[in-house]
Parts: sequence; C-alpha cells; structure tokens
Amino acid sequence: MSNLVIIDYGAGNVQSVKFAFNRLGIDPVLSNDAETIKAADKVIFPGVGEANTAMRALEKFNLEKLIPELKQPVLGICLGMQLMCEYSEENDTRCLGIFQQKVLRFEPKLKVPHMGWNTVHDLKGTLMRDIPRESYVYFVHSYYVPLMEETIAKTDYIIDFSAALQKKNFYACQFHPEKSSQVGEKILKNFLAI
Amino acid sequence: MLAKRIVPCLDIKDGRTVKGVNFVNLRDAGDPVELGKLYADQGADELVFLDITATHERRKTLAELVKKIAQNINIPFTVGGGIKSVEDVGILLKSGADKISINSAAVREPQLINDIANKYGSQCVVVAIDAKNVDGTWLVHLNGGRVPTEVDLFEWVVEVEKRGAGEILFTSMDHDGTKGGFANEALAKISDLVNIPVIASGGAGNMEHFVDTFTKGKSDAALAASIFHFKEIGIPELKSYLKDKNIVIKPS
Repeated sequence: MSNLVIIDYGAGNVQSVKFAFNRLGIDPVLSNDAETIKAADKVIFPGVGEANTAMRALEKFNLEKLIPELKQPVLGICLGMQLMCEYSEENDTRCLGIFQQKVLRFEPKLKVPHMGWNTVHDLKGTLMRDIPRESYVYFVHSYYVPLMEETIAKTDYIIDFSAALQKKNFYACQFHPEKSSQVGEKILKNFLAI
Repeated sequence: MLAKRIVPCLDIKDGRTVKGVNFVNLRDAGDPVELGKLYADQGADELVFLDITATHERRKTLAELVKKIAQNINIPFTVGGGIKSVEDVGILLKSGADKISINSAAVREPQLINDIANKYGSQCVVVAIDAKNVDGTWLVHLNGGRVPTEVDLFEWVVEVEKRGAGEILFTSMDHDGTKGGFANEALAKISDLVNIPVIASGGAGNMEHFVDTFTKGKSDAALAASIFHFKEIGIPELKSYLKDKNIVIKPS
C-alpha cells in the first residue's frame, strides 16, 4: 500500500508503531508536517504521556486544526484517541473535538493505571472485523473515554468504557494494537484494508 | 477482566543472553531477540531485559539491541540496568523500549523518578526494588543486592508511587534463587500500601507458586528467569494451569 504517515509530534513511542507496520511489510513515514500529513493515504495518530503537553505539542506544529479536518482514514492510538475527544480531565485540557465526549479519570476502586492485558467485547465495524469476542489486548492508561454511540469495542475495568471508537473516517483504540500480539496485528491490518 | 501477567526476564551481558539457556528450537539461544521472540510466541505477556553489565560506554550497544527487540517483538517490554539519568531513559525509549526500570539510582537520587515521570509519563517508569528481611525489617539493597541501606521497603514503595512510578518490581533477596515461592506476605503488604501494579520477583519454583503470588501475594504480575530458561516450566502449560485454578490469564 502507498502512503502511510505516523504523526510524530514528540509525544510518545512512535518507533513501536512504526516497527509494528514494518512487520506487516509497510514502511510508514514519520512526520509533523501539515502538507505531508494532508497528502497521506492513511494517518496514524499515536500518543503516550500527558494530555495537556501533547495538545501543546500539536499546536506547536499547527496540527490541532488540521487533524479534525482530515478526510482519509485516521487511527488514533491510546492518548491519540483521548485527544480526539472534546475535553480531558487530565490537567483540564481542551482537545480536538472529533468525538463529542469527555475523557475522565478512573476512580481508584482498583489499581490505576489500568495496565496489562484485558478483553474487548461488543465489537463492531471494519476495524474490529474478524476479531473474536473476548480477545485480549494491551492497555496502559489512567483516563478513559465513557461509552458513546461511536463506541465500537468495550472493555470492563472499574467501569465499562470505550476500548475503540469510530466516526466516519476517524478510528481510535484506547489499547496499543502495536503491542497486542496477533490480535493487534489483525486490527492494524483491518485499518490498512479500509 | 484484567489478566495477571507472566513476565520472563532475560539477563543481558555484552548484548547476549546469559544463564546457560538451552532451547533446541533456537538457532542461537544466546541471542536475546530470538529468545524474546520465542517467549512472545509462547504467550508471555511482557518481557524484561536486564543489562547486568550496563556502563555508560555500553549504553550505545544496549540502544542498538533495544531497537532490534522492538523491531521483532509484538508485546510490551521493559529495559533495565544501570540507568542513571533522564538522558539514558530518552535513548532507550527512542530506540523502542516501552518501559524502563530503575533501581539503585532511584534510591540514591529519588528525584530521578519525578524527572522521568514528568518527561515521559508514569506509564514507562518501573521502579525495581531489591530488599531483604533483616531482623524483622525489610531493608532496601543496592547494586544487585550487594549494598545494604537503611531504607525501609514499605516506606520506599509509598514514596516511589508518590514520585510518579507507574509500577513496582519487587525482588525478595531472601527468596531469589530458592525456588521456594515468592515473598507473598511482603508483596501483599506492598499491594495494600500502593495503588499501582506490583510485579513479584524471586522464588518461582513451580506452577503453584504463581497461583499463590496472584492470590495470597495480591501480585499483578510475576517475573521469573531460570525456570523458563531451563524449561522447567513452559509458559503455555503454566498458563493453562493458572486458568484451571481460576486465575484470570491471557491464553497462550
């Protein structure tokens, strides 16, 4: 496949995402350049770290307006998915507003961060195609996106929350498909096949 | 439900796996990438690579190795050994490590935990703690257990959480190498004191020990080295045993 761009804005482990696509025989371009991103066939929007810092980093590269306007398939991963929502409780951060939802902090009824392998259920849509119900994927996060109409996968930890979202060309996973063994590889392949 | 994690640990020296590993189906059992890949294929939930001879000069070699591991392995992995600064962490994360583990340096300079967590996020900071029960008090030890300190284990775990650790890897020196089971009493106490995941290390000898540490020890993950390397326990058989014992576990 042609041109896959991973948005490299200084927040998180872009190498892991790049290597995961390399294993699928794709060589993605890492870029923070608006024109390069706009011209991509597909875009990956990763993210690890803190929401406010990440939003400031996006603004530094003038990407906060560009991302919501992208027309090609976009896949947000982990913090990338949270930033696609309208607001995060993490340091009171205004986000991109693609998904009309507020990102909340887990109540510490169990250990936080939610770290490790957990199952997904109520799977819908092309991104989750052929993924068996109750498959395990790898999570690391302290904030979550509550369930909403656009939820295409759910996970239960403290509360049932959105493990994945989709709205038109925007796809997102709270878990790390690049670290989720064969199940994660299948999800990335599904994204590439869109 | 969130699964308990099985974490094989590989000791690295000069870029090679040490501890007489003996796997017939590996071309080169000393190659950490091949061994790590084998464990991942067998259903390991995470891997820990510990550079036991890490020095500043060798940091470059380690970064190269980390890159190769990241290219080949599709599960999370932690890299530790001799990390002393935020810069060290940056190099390893940029090479593709998911988490780093700090031990002695965190005790000597606790602010390092805050600095790494602030720059790269708590999710990548594993604080490893080696401790020993000395006359009824669990004391933290440094340099692979060679240097005793006055630091109380249970005070230290609370402090590292407050400073931004994302996870605690606790090795009981009294149990390490004994194959008599994990230090479940101390582990359970740690889990009660902090609200971040705790990885049990030291003492794994049979499959029941894993059940015990996940139940009595309240551990979130269990790390072992030799029992996996010497094929005393296979990861697939361990996982199906745990499942039979009603431990929530990702199947192999």
